[in-house]
Amino acid sequence: MSERFASVEDVTDRLAELGYLASPSVATTVFLADRLDKPLLVEGPAGVGKTELARAVAQATGADLVRLQCYEGVDEARALYEWNHAKQLLRITAGRGETWDETRDDIFTDGFLLARPLLQAIRSETPRTLLIDEVDKADMEIEGLLLEVLSDYAITVPELGTLTARHAPFTVLTSNATRELSEALRRRCLFLHIDFPDPELEERIVRTRVPGVDEVLAASLVRVVNALRRIDLRKAPSVSESIDWARTLLALGADTLDEAVVRETLGVLLKHTDDIARARQHLQLDEADVRR
Amino acid sequence: MSEALPARLVAMVEALRGHGLVVGTSETVDAARAMEVLSLADRTLLREGLAASLVRRTGQRRVFDAVFDVYFPLGVGARENDREADAASEPQDSVGSLRDALVDALARGSSQALEDVAASAVEALGQVHGGEGPGASGSGWSARQTLEQLRPQTTIVRALAARGSSEGFVERLDRDEVRRDVERFRALVQTEATRRTAEVRDRDRVARYAVRPDAEQVEFLSASRDQVLELRRTVQPLARRLATRLSARRRRRNRGQVDIRRTLRRSMSYGGVPLSPAYEHRRKARPELVLLCDVSGSVAGFAGFTMLLVQALRDQFSKVRVFAFVNHTDEVTELITSGEADPAALAERIMANANVAPWHPSSDYGRSLRSFVSRYGAAIGPRTSVLILGDARSNHLDPDLDALRDIVGRARRTFWLNPEHESRWGLGDSVAPAYAQVVDMHECRTVDQLSGVVSRLLPV
Repeated sequence: MSERFASVEDVTDRLAELGYLASPSVATTVFLADRLDKPLLVEGPAGVGKTELARAVAQATGADLVRLQCYEGVDEARALYEWNHAKQLLRITAGRGETWDETRDDIFTDGFLLARPLLQAIRSETPRTLLIDEVDKADMEIEGLLLEVLSDYAITVPELGTLTARHAPFTVLTSNATRELSEALRRRCLFLHIDFPDPELEERIVRTRVPGVDEVLAASLVRVVNALRRIDLRKAPSVSESIDWARTLLALGADTLDEAVVRETLGVLLKHTDDIARARQHLQLDEADVRR
Repeated sequence: MSEALPARLVAMVEALRGHGLVVGTSETVDAARAMEVLSLADRTLLREGLAASLVRRTGQRRVFDAVFDVYFPLGVGARENDREADAASEPQDSVGSLRDALVDALARGSSQALEDVAASAVEALGQVHGGEGPGASGSGWSARQTLEQLRPQTTIVRALAARGSSEGFVERLDRDEVRRDVERFRALVQTEATRRTAEVRDRDRVARYAVRPDAEQVEFLSASRDQVLELRRTVQPLARRLATRLSARRRRRNRGQVDIRRTLRRSMSYGGVPLSPAYEHRRKARPELVLLCDVSGSVAGFAGFTMLLVQALRDQFSKVRVFAFVNHTDEVTELITSGEADPAALAERIMANANVAPWHPSSDYGRSLRSFVSRYGAAIGPRTSVLILGDARSNHLDPDLDALRDIVGRARRTFWLNPEHESRWGLGDSVAPAYAQVVDMHECRTVDQLSGVVSRLLPV
């Protein structure tokens, strides 16, 4: 059993030192993933810090981050390993006069193996943190592939045998739920849903990330963002948008929110025109135009 | 771990399974290990730990929280500060003082204070007596009774005054935030009442009835206003999920045929050895979709939801046309496309702007189908799939099966989605069985069933 963290508070503290403020649910689940040696499946809206969590854990535990970015059509050759065909062909052509047996034994060795992220993480001499990002974007077949890696931390290469990890990597999978992940994959993981943080936590996050923002501005900014999340929008503003907004306000030198500033900068928070229109209506920004 | 804990955990897992969560033995073992690793001292940590090992997808968390509150309650009986309070005070006084406490809690916006008030309120106002003794059936704690006496919405104005308005721009948010806190207070009262009831009654029974079902399993016809809102929020994610499932299916279909020209071209980099074959892509024609919806009161919610879903999936079809009827059919495609403003007002907009009930306000399927065929018959071609939505309750008027046969004959495929339970088809004024002989009729009571039907309908 690996013990990277001593307790739940320890998780919270060490992540906070790196600027990642974890809610109790995040800290507890990270602690459990460590203790139970299970991969962590993180779901949640875009921009709440799913990928950031993996980075912070990697940094806190001093383990290098290996990242597998999934996309439609990612396959074994991109995720696990690939034989370096070109190099093998060169080797065969170079070794004229050799018997076939010699050549065969030689071209299926480590020197001709291209390790992709999963194999890198498994074979590493030092502990690693493995991030499998946006696993929902990958095809179903990749999930089957992941099962062996996630439950045994092992990869079978037919020509070389089964490679087992020296140090089980701390594994984080993230998903935006564009597709249902298979039950088999879910069962092997601890599940964590990161939602928008509660206002107090978000305020602290904004102030940690954008140190120049004062308390009053951070508080009112978070209140506006929360009000926007409650109305029906195509894309609700996320934590990363709050931070961007704080940065924008800081750059503009605005130390309080007023109608003009909010109207000008709403585009930082919302990415769709109809969302912006709805937000202006909800925040009564249009009335000001009429009055003028 | 003590003896009673595993039993409690297993009972909770049973209750979760009863609510449709798939929890296997290995998850239960994980949960037990989590309990061992985290101490039981901190209830928040325990809740998060169990959730991490038992919950498998995002929508299940609400169900889990409710069940957790029943099996791992905050405490037993009244809370400490309520026991100290004078038990003999008159109910009339306690309503007043509780309201004062609520105003105070709302003004401060503190969750802890809200929770305390909720606990005291249930203790003072919520008790229901039924029969003799604490274990008797019917006795328990009622959230409704508590809320009816307390009427938390009456405190909003006072809370706003007590809170003092914020400076500048954010002032406009005050009222909304207090409202939201009142909603939260209602939920807290509900949780507290469930907790207290679970003590006096059978825990498993309470867990079965006190937990609201998932949005995807709510029946369209009996959905409450809140649930309808929740349903509407699932439209976009559902559409996205359906579209992804579809593109995966398409890809699998296309696999197999080797594109010789591109394979040879590719093999050049390996000295003519075709190491990585290239496959052909087939372009599939996208079908047209015609949606024919009954928008009369009884099934309007279902029709509205399906219209939004189809609208969200419109890029999967070459053309989508939507028609609405009560006793006359009119095209409403425009009204839905321009629906960026507010999906909630969709039903009213259709009623106001489309000619769906020119003579009287009750449903008439026969006449509607006939008017569809005569006015928009050309909308259906050999590549069109037709989707008819409705409960087939035609007020004992002529069903006009010939009109339906006409539609089925022209279209490539026709489906009828009925939001009623199959056992109720044909009862009363329903002519569902007659229509079902002409057209493929599916029971479609929940989002689950709807997404099943729609994904079958989509082109591969």
